[in-house]
Amino acid sequence: MKSVAYALTPTRSERIARSFVVLYIAALVALPLLALVVFGTSDGLVALAAALRSPLARSALWLTLWTSVLVGILDVLLGVATAWVLVRYEFPGRAAISALVDLPLAIPTLVAGMMLATLYGAHSWIGSNLDAAGMPVMFAAPGILLALLFVTLPFVIRAVEPVLLEIDPAEEEAARMLGAGPWRTFRTVFLPAIAPAAISAGIRSVGRALGEFGAIVIVAGNIPFRTLTAPVYIFGEIESGEPRSAAAVSVLLLAVALGLHSLAGTIEKHTGARHG
Amino acid sequence: MHIRVEHLCKRFGSFAAVDDVSFDVEDGSLVALLGPSGSGKSTLLRILAGLESADSGNVWFDDEPATDLHARMRGVGFVFQHYALFRHLTVEQNVGFGLSVRGVSKEATAKKVKELLQLTGLAGLEQRFPSQLSGGQRQRVALARALAPEPKLLLLDEPFGAVDAKVREELRQWLRRLHDEVGVTSIFVTHDQEEAFAVSDRVLVVHRGRIEQNGAPMEILDSPATEFVARFVGEVNVFPAVVRAGVAQAGKLEVRVQGEHGPGESHLVIRAYDLKLWREEPGIATVQRVVTFGDRVRVQALVDGAGPIIAQFPRRSSLLKGVEPGCRVQIDVTTARAYPAQASSLYPLPAT
Repeated sequence: MKSVAYALTPTRSERIARSFVVLYIAALVALPLLALVVFGTSDGLVALAAALRSPLARSALWLTLWTSVLVGILDVLLGVATAWVLVRYEFPGRAAISALVDLPLAIPTLVAGMMLATLYGAHSWIGSNLDAAGMPVMFAAPGILLALLFVTLPFVIRAVEPVLLEIDPAEEEAARMLGAGPWRTFRTVFLPAIAPAAISAGIRSVGRALGEFGAIVIVAGNIPFRTLTAPVYIFGEIESGEPRSAAAVSVLLLAVALGLHSLAGTIEKHTGARHG
Repeated sequence: MHIRVEHLCKRFGSFAAVDDVSFDVEDGSLVALLGPSGSGKSTLLRILAGLESADSGNVWFDDEPATDLHARMRGVGFVFQHYALFRHLTVEQNVGFGLSVRGVSKEATAKKVKELLQLTGLAGLEQRFPSQLSGGQRQRVALARALAPEPKLLLLDEPFGAVDAKVREELRQWLRRLHDEVGVTSIFVTHDQEEAFAVSDRVLVVHRGRIEQNGAPMEILDSPATEFVARFVGEVNVFPAVVRAGVAQAGKLEVRVQGEHGPGESHLVIRAYDLKLWREEPGIATVQRVVTFGDRVRVQALVDGAGPIIAQFPRRSSLLKGVEPGCRVQIDVTTARAYPAQASSLYPLPAT
């Protein structure tokens, strides 16, 4: 027993490596986080609240919140449907579709925004026709939603796929043999299995959408009170020498993002335990 | 329910999983489909369940055509090898599932579930999830779940394959008692001949997608119709032999045989427990190994001019006196059969 304990005693170089990792992560993540929180709240919470009371800040925050949550919900529904089709059906082009799903993670977000702007912009055939029909995509909420759907596409799909693959096909057959129709079978066998993964991934989509800048900045047009999102507002405040209000909105986004992050983590941990 | 299967065929690519199979199952009987893995017995069962479709042939349930009936509409209970319990439902909800799907009232479902949990010895586990049960308990939940909608036919796919040996033995006896109590026509698939003989009224030996023999357990044990059946049920010795006037000769071994065979080369099949040997000089064989398995002893010897032979004895048999590796023995075969030695009868020995 003693020799085992001895074997696990860290050597000097291991101790140095360990200290380095701890310092590196702390300096990279914890320190800037702390700096923002301290700066953003340095004038007290009253001043923070005052900065958030600015009508422009509030409209930007509201736009970012509702578009992000809507995108999260759409991601869950469409992501589950996509994963279902990719896992359960063989069809020509399936491999290509599956490869396309991952592409948005590889494309620089600003380029993604540029792609959407090119397709839906006023100079394009689609864009001009949509504008004429009174349903503009560019410089409007649909553009923001499209950009956010694009950058969050893989999250739910890639979270649900392995869960679907893991389900014993016999469970589905058992439900059918017992007389259940397709919807009842889905509700009994598949839904409880994929729901935690889909919801936690959906929450991560919301978290990602909250902070999205690159894909939105070109598409949205950043019209105050209409298409100016919180991240673009923060950037604008910094540009015009207003670090206080930028920090206030940042602290709020940070709080929401951290809340979502821990919620998703809790769901993942909880369901992981139950399946064990 | 009376089941009739006529000329059923099912191919997967070029592989004939089920090859022109016909048989009848009497109402209320318990039938085993016995065969090695890959013999097509599970495919056959899944066709009966409606989980696979046959390429050709017909299935009749009580003289009603059932070939194209959807699995949901067949009124068939199915027990899967790995239970396939709904892991997000409790034991109670699992067992009641088939009833609640059919719109049976909550009270009636609860009553039936309670009754079945009593019957299957699961009372007290109502609120557990499948992950909180042992293998044997899960299999009993699966059975209770299949029985709840009162199926006219119960199909079981390797029902005890996934539990350990001791539990398997208990479950077998329990299944037989349960069948006698409930009386539902049942067909189960197994690769374990002991299981088939211990539980069923009738055994269908399946090999390469065909029924090799269909008979009562004793019939199959005592008069195996083909060399495959003879080799599959129990441990056997096989020797190439020449048969003249009902006597087969393999090396120094001469045996009176049953069974049909032509004039040419034959295969002599002797079951390990259908022969006696005792120490005698000069004898016709040399003992190589003597191994004890609990209540039985297995003797392996080399027959002059014929090759290795295996014999099984009760542990305390007086014949074993002085039998040890290296000694010479005389052999007397009580029962043996000969089969024509066609190329197609050269089956690989089943793994035991």
